[in-house]
Amino acid sequence: MSFQYAPAPESTSIVNIKSSNGLFINGEFTPGHGTPFKTINPATEEVLAEIAQANQEDVDAAVRAARRAYDKSWSKMPGRDRGKYLFRIARLIQERAREFAVLETMDNGKPIRESRDVDVPIAAAHFFYHAGWADKLEFAGFGSNPQSLGVAAQIIPWNFPLLMLAWKIAPALATGNTVVLKPAETTPLTALLFAEICQQADLPQGVVNILTGDGETGRMLVEHPDVNKIAFTGSTAVGQAIQRQIAGSSKRLTLELGGKAANIVFDDAPIDQAVEGIVNGIYFNQGHVCCAGSRLLLQESIAEQTIESLKRRLQTLRLGDPLDKNTDIGAINSREQLNRIIDLTQSGEDEGAQRWSPDCVLPAKGFWFAPTVFTNVTQAHRIAREEIFGPVLSVLTFRTPDEAIEKANNTPYGLSAGIWTEKGSRILGMANKVRAGVVWANTFNRFDPASPFGGYKESGFGREGGIQGLGAYLTSEESS
Amino acid sequence: MIGTDRVEVRKTHKLFIGGAFPRSESGRTYEVVNTRGEFLANIAKASKKDARDAVISARTGFNSWSKASAYNRGQVLYRIAEVMEGRKDQFINDIQDAEGTSNKKATAQTDQAIDRVVWYAGWADKYSQVLGNTNPVSGPFFNFSIPEPTGVVAAVAPQDSSLLGLISVMAPILVSGNSVIVIASTNSPIPAITLSECLATSDVVAGNINILTGDPAEIMPHLATHADVNALDLTGITDPVLLAQLEVEAAGTVKRVRKAPINPNWQVTPSLSRIRAFTEIKTVWHPMGMH
Repeated sequence: MSFQYAPAPESTSIVNIKSSNGLFINGEFTPGHGTPFKTINPATEEVLAEIAQANQEDVDAAVRAARRAYDKSWSKMPGRDRGKYLFRIARLIQERAREFAVLETMDNGKPIRESRDVDVPIAAAHFFYHAGWADKLEFAGFGSNPQSLGVAAQIIPWNFPLLMLAWKIAPALATGNTVVLKPAETTPLTALLFAEICQQADLPQGVVNILTGDGETGRMLVEHPDVNKIAFTGSTAVGQAIQRQIAGSSKRLTLELGGKAANIVFDDAPIDQAVEGIVNGIYFNQGHVCCAGSRLLLQESIAEQTIESLKRRLQTLRLGDPLDKNTDIGAINSREQLNRIIDLTQSGEDEGAQRWSPDCVLPAKGFWFAPTVFTNVTQAHRIAREEIFGPVLSVLTFRTPDEAIEKANNTPYGLSAGIWTEKGSRILGMANKVRAGVVWANTFNRFDPASPFGGYKESGFGREGGIQGLGAYLTSEESS
Repeated sequence: MIGTDRVEVRKTHKLFIGGAFPRSESGRTYEVVNTRGEFLANIAKASKKDARDAVISARTGFNSWSKASAYNRGQVLYRIAEVMEGRKDQFINDIQDAEGTSNKKATAQTDQAIDRVVWYAGWADKYSQVLGNTNPVSGPFFNFSIPEPTGVVAAVAPQDSSLLGLISVMAPILVSGNSVIVIASTNSPIPAITLSECLATSDVVAGNINILTGDPAEIMPHLATHADVNALDLTGITDPVLLAQLEVEAAGTVKRVRKAPINPNWQVTPSLSRIRAFTEIKTVWHPMGMH
């Protein structure tokens, strides 16, 4: 039996998208000097707006504005007052939460349920958490008089546009740095709305600058000689390129890169709860999550039963209009990403893994990919090694905890891991042995501003959130 | 006192890899002289193969050292200080020869080096209490963050402070459970070689500390590109061109890089920044509740 739902779309009347958008430099919107590009709704392929492309001239102007703001106001302002600006920003995001959520879903393709319940509230929480740090930095364990770094260049991905902006801007401002942030090419709109928030908050001019553009804009920003700090979230390949680009300079760097997380389910786990966690681990945000639980490791004795439950559960997921409040799976963010997912899933079939998807009708327009499960996967398969960044799960099995660890750690990545078991001692024992920066036990894909996030190995270095995240934007006391 | 007519027994100066003292696989040596230009010794000149052997040893060493209890790591580090104390005179002579300093200064450097090992030994079971914490997350989870060792670290000791500088680089890498491959001061390597003899008798896990002698410009590129090295400590690299090259190569596997400090002062009590540089923060969400 299948349930019928009446459509329940969120109204788009709350958002007001300008047909043409400028850059946000020195507290004002100004036209860019590159060739503008268009951002589309990936669920409909309709053009949402024209976006300015920042060129070298614009990058120079933004960095200059950030430097001036750093020298003249922000670095000299008492932490107490910096904090109050951040509190204002947190409140303004809450006040305009619905607008942010709808806009995010239109530009990104993620279900409104997620932008409304995850992205936007956690973004606001991030500013609220960091606001309180601004006048307490000497208690954070980085010495008695920790100093800001200067101008931070921040480059963020398209999977959580507003949330990644918050992860970058909140700690940078709390610690006294000024910011030039480049949102992803395909998802610039909520960053531009955030610029309006900065205006409403009366944030001093130049403290936050937003440059829209492509990878070339990002490269110019990274290379700018007057930038002191670079914070990047995105692919490992681009992260490596940035690490090479700034070699030999005194620029500080933090990288939050790719992942291929193991989600490990033991035979004593509550299966229904685990199945929910598996679904949340890989199908949340269409799998466009760097810490996604893309490798499911099932203990052999429960493998068959769990896969069966999982398939049953996947049949009930609703794929379609991201603005519909009942939608579970939204649109893939871009055609480029869709092609990558198609390519990697094809390699899974070619290499001999067994492919399965629930019956589901894909909308005619837009970019869509049905939730997919691969069984009979070996560790050598590309789908078990490479980050797919899509709603594709690779299932492997294990017999002993040691084998699970061996397989979980058999990857150059080390961002996250999941453990499902009723035994607390096993949770801590496994958590101890997994080489990953975030370990979720009997849950997955949970984020909190107080909880540091970041990877081991080729998943990057540095942390975002928590007390450790402050270290990415402060001088460490070093005498030798 | 030994009579002046006695012919002394001289030592062959070798590498320290995997708890053993091999010559360089390449068969090469280089001559080291004192500050007056007089011959001191032929020193093993480590090659690419020696560096790769050291990585294998370091990985093996890491697997047991990182699992040792914090109390045990503290005791092993303290044991190094105990053995060094017994070799004080030799260290003082070595430093005087190598650096051309007075007996007083060489003695002070030796004392400080031993005391620094003791300082770090005491951190072994404390640093995670200072760098880690619990996190008040929204939701029914006990959430905590702890620092863990990064893995295999390749380090270049400073060129000038042949013992204290070396210890100040090595000890903070080791204290959290990392293993290390350290390249000694090129022109003043003998104190490091004496140290390796202390390490060999100090309950240090074989392979956990590897000391290479030779030219960092030749050896480090092999370690910077090696996929089983997790981090670089470039304290002893002052040539900006080489520094940039190594940073470029480190990006191949996203290695953590600690750059050379500007005008290091090895005399002052260190901060925790060196320990922090070679640890990773792991955050665990443990469920909480009456299920």
